[in-house]
Amino acid sequence: MRYDVAIIGGGVVGCAIARALSRYELEVILIEREREVGFGTSKANSGIIHAGAHAKPTELKGPLEWAGNQAWGPLHEELGFGFKRVGELIVAVEEEQLDTLEKLRQQGVDRGVPGLELWDGEQVRAEEPNVSEDIIAALWAPTAGVVNPYEATLLLAESAARNGVTITTDRTVTALSSDDEGTWRIDTEEGVAYHSRFVINAAGLHSDEVAALAGVGDFTIKPRKGEEYLLDKRLSGIVSRIIFPCPTPTTKGILVIPTVDGTIMVGPTAEDLDDKTDTSTSEAGAEQIFRSVQRLVPGISRKDVIAEFAGLRSISSTNDFIIGPTAARGFINAAGIQSPGLTASPAIAEQIVGFLDDEGLKLRERDDYEPTLPHPARFAQQPLDEQIRLAAADPRFAHLVCRCEHVTEAEVVEAIHRGAHTLDGVKFRARCGMGRCQGGFCTWRVIELLARELDLDVTEVTKCGGDSWIALEREDVADPTEVASVREEVPT
Amino acid sequence: MITTQPRQIASAYDVVIVGAGPAGLAAALGAREQGAESVLIVDREREAGGILLQCIHSGFGLQYFKEEVTGPEYAERSLEAAIEHDVDILTDAFVMDLTEDRRLVLMSPEHGVVIVRAGAVVLAMGARERTRGAIQIPGTRPAGVLTAGLAQKMVNLHGYLPGRRAVILGSGDIGLIMARRLTLEGVEVAGVFEIMPYANGLGRNIVQCLQDYDIPLHLSTTVIDIHGHDRVERVTVAPVDEELTPDASRAWDIPCDTLLLSVGLIPENELSRTLGVRMDPLTNGPMVTSAMETSVPGVFAAGNVVHINDLADWVSEEALIAGRSAARRVTGNPHPADNIRVIPGENVGAVVPQSVSSDRPHRISFRVNRPILEDAVIKLGDVRRRRVRALAPAEMATINIAPRLLESFHGDALRLDAFAAAEEG
Ligand SMILES: Cc1cc2nc3c(=O)[nH]c(=O)nc-3n(C[C@H](O)[C@H](O)[C@H](O)COP(=O)(O)OP(=O)(O)OC[C@H]3O[C@@H](n4cnc5c(N)ncnc54)[C@H](O)[C@@H]3O)c2cc1C
Ligand SMILES: Cc1cc2nc3c(=O)[nH]c(=O)nc-3n(C[C@H](O)[C@H](O)[C@H](O)COP(=O)(O)OP(=O)(O)OC[C@H]3O[C@@H](n4cnc5c(N)ncnc54)[C@H](O)[C@@H]3O)c2cc1C
Repeated sequence: MRYDVAIIGGGVVGCAIARALSRYELEVILIEREREVGFGTSKANSGIIHAGAHAKPTELKGPLEWAGNQAWGPLHEELGFGFKRVGELIVAVEEEQLDTLEKLRQQGVDRGVPGLELWDGEQVRAEEPNVSEDIIAALWAPTAGVVNPYEATLLLAESAARNGVTITTDRTVTALSSDDEGTWRIDTEEGVAYHSRFVINAAGLHSDEVAALAGVGDFTIKPRKGEEYLLDKRLSGIVSRIIFPCPTPTTKGILVIPTVDGTIMVGPTAEDLDDKTDTSTSEAGAEQIFRSVQRLVPGISRKDVIAEFAGLRSISSTNDFIIGPTAARGFINAAGIQSPGLTASPAIAEQIVGFLDDEGLKLRERDDYEPTLPHPARFAQQPLDEQIRLAAADPRFAHLVCRCEHVTEAEVVEAIHRGAHTLDGVKFRARCGMGRCQGGFCTWRVIELLARELDLDVTEVTKCGGDSWIALEREDVADPTEVASVREEVPT
Repeated sequence: MITTQPRQIASAYDVVIVGAGPAGLAAALGAREQGAESVLIVDREREAGGILLQCIHSGFGLQYFKEEVTGPEYAERSLEAAIEHDVDILTDAFVMDLTEDRRLVLMSPEHGVVIVRAGAVVLAMGARERTRGAIQIPGTRPAGVLTAGLAQKMVNLHGYLPGRRAVILGSGDIGLIMARRLTLEGVEVAGVFEIMPYANGLGRNIVQCLQDYDIPLHLSTTVIDIHGHDRVERVTVAPVDEELTPDASRAWDIPCDTLLLSVGLIPENELSRTLGVRMDPLTNGPMVTSAMETSVPGVFAAGNVVHINDLADWVSEEALIAGRSAARRVTGNPHPADNIRVIPGENVGAVVPQSVSSDRPHRISFRVNRPILEDAVIKLGDVRRRRVRALAPAEMATINIAPRLLESFHGDALRLDAFAAAEEG
């Protein structure tokens, strides 16, 4: 069959586009190379919906950031992912930085961002008692928010799928060609080919390579790594707003983020690399982060780290987003979506819809479009009488799987039925294994539930697809006869 | 293994115990023997026994049962004793919340979410393992990095193997035991790496688990990098200097698909913290009196939740005291309050209990910070001195104190010191 639109890449950008297109009577497919959507940069970032004042008006990033910001409230209501408008404070510790704060404020005001205020040090400390005495002023931006970026990505995909979009994973696009009738043929490493009238390039770090496949490779993408560190729940509440240092021309700096799950995260670093797969963390990164964060919030220390990760920003050779039609007819870029790409993604999606319209794709709204998804109850967040009621109705709500985040079997099963295939998939949806014991307690329980619900063997369950196996059969490790002979010598 | 799931849970018990490891099981026995009429133990695992169930090796019980048994056998004997004493044992049930007026919120698939009131509570939640995040090993985050205890559970309880070739970081007992277990299962163990200049596990485990199987132990060496995208492909290890800083110029790579972490246990105190129990930053567990009572009246604690023990036997003995004290409280017959604090001094990391009384004998447990290789002295204020062969951080030590030693002592605190006899002057 011929699709109307094929989207390459299932990050937050590709998924937002898929969902925006699902409003219309179209045949749409999203092609993602990982085991699940969102396993690229969209799962490994700071999760901030930027206030709208940061990016310069001369760049695409600027207006899209603010337009995107405003879309997150309604999206959250419809899809039910975690989102809170906690606001941000951009703080100054030196007189020279006051100019920058004022410039940012003006930039925001010009763009129509409401609520921006300059606070003095005392007011900052009155609102955030744990920040450093050295802070002399701050720009308060109440429009900033925090989101669970991975959850948002997968719920965008789920909503798209419920409205008819085909989501395929474990498919890597390796060739693109178009015929005289204007049909693209999309070949994948796995040997499956798809046909579509339009192709949207939302391949993140690899969007330069995908553009080159279409013969329009006139830009390159370099990865810029950012490391992030998650801190123990003990520190929850040490700040209630996002704390930014005063930005420099190259980076927004290292932040203290009260995540939507109530924990504190610090990061990111910014390190330019060549290797698009290098998501390792480093000693140097940790040192840099904690040194600079302690200047903002002295109560934070490395001792409280429970987990760390790194993500790669897609920095294009234009140092801006690359969005729009290309010289190859029907091939449209949503490429080089660096920070604030998460924030901007809903606006990018609308822009892509606009381009498709311009290019002659007929957009007829569906009668049966359903914008909302069911919002399942998170057991741990319910009041006691509701917990009693839930458990009485379904005993799986009284069966604990994750001891740190108090996730129940009912929630894990729900995550699996809504598309989690891997341990990471369950972790990011249901929060199993995200707490301080980092899965020491629940890993095996989740493996067993994945195996049971998906009818897999335990040895087929993976951490995140591909070759990320977890357990082996005894027979697959050593010659059993050999093992048996060794076993006899076990001292008793 | 025997389990008795009570048909019904009563709405109130004399004593409710959180955790059915050796601590919880012995506390129940102590409580019943001392006159508590109704005792309930709650455990979140499917079977009672705690961490012992996955310790299928021998080496337990010499002190408490006067016979060497395996972990599961130790658990079974403890469980049988509790059952003989009509203790209700509820497994597959998680204690979510505990309030100051001793109301517990439990969840279990069989009984739903229920509230139980207790005359006294014993905390016996054990410990959890430190993870990669806690020690911050740089590198990628592939599958194949797991704690030694999780690997032990996988192999011993579920019958699967975690990989084909493993590196073990940390010479804690679980790591040492897993080095042997994996070798016996046909998994190649490339070596055990320990950042400290001495091993962190019991001496007997170094001999029986590593030396007997020719598994190399690299002291003053640590893992500084993890490689591999989907699955671990290799790790980089490097020697460290006295400040424990790795020397990257002398690093080398080891191909492996598995990295096991045996880098310490942390007492499991979520419930204690929400309850607001006073914690000892040295043990990471609740402060306890000689009756094993926490700062919240009527709430007692014992076992790994209080401080990390190397021997289940000690856990059982200390838990008997906690259980008896809990029963004394509900029967209106508590011990008099402690009158002497015990303070860690020279080369002593932490002490348990943190106070004692002069009316009855007590045993004080502690660990040294640095090893004393020969002829060590343990000194408790001016009332007791004890010479021992050696002291090591990996091995818990004890010193007893009795009323007669305190006859001429009128202070309110005793300091505990440990040093080499040769250094005394
Ligand atoms: C450390 C860090 C912090 C950040 N913080 C923020 C923040 O706080 N706020 C904010 O707004 N933005 C932030 N960003 C930026 C934001 O994360 C990105 O802009 C956004 O996630 C980009 O989404 P994407 O869909 O373009 O890319 P991705 O999520 O990487 O998606 C691209 C997808 O394409 C797939 N793909 C690639 N090639 C192929 C192929 N050939 N065939 C099939 N599929 C393919 C990939 O597997 C991937 O899933 C941060 C980024 C980083 C790294
Ligand atoms: C790998 C390993 C090897 C060992 N080898 C030896 C040895 O050779 N010889 C020896 O003598 N000792 C050994 N030990 C030490 C000994 O086993 C432990 O010290 C002892 O098991 C601790 O007992 P515990 O009851 O305090 O904790 P645990 O045995 O850990 O029991 C705690 C129980 O509480 C439950 N629990 C916790 N929180 C809750 C909650 N909120 N609700 C319900 N239930 C809860 C847990 O599920 C667990 O079952 C070993 C320990 C380990 C880990």
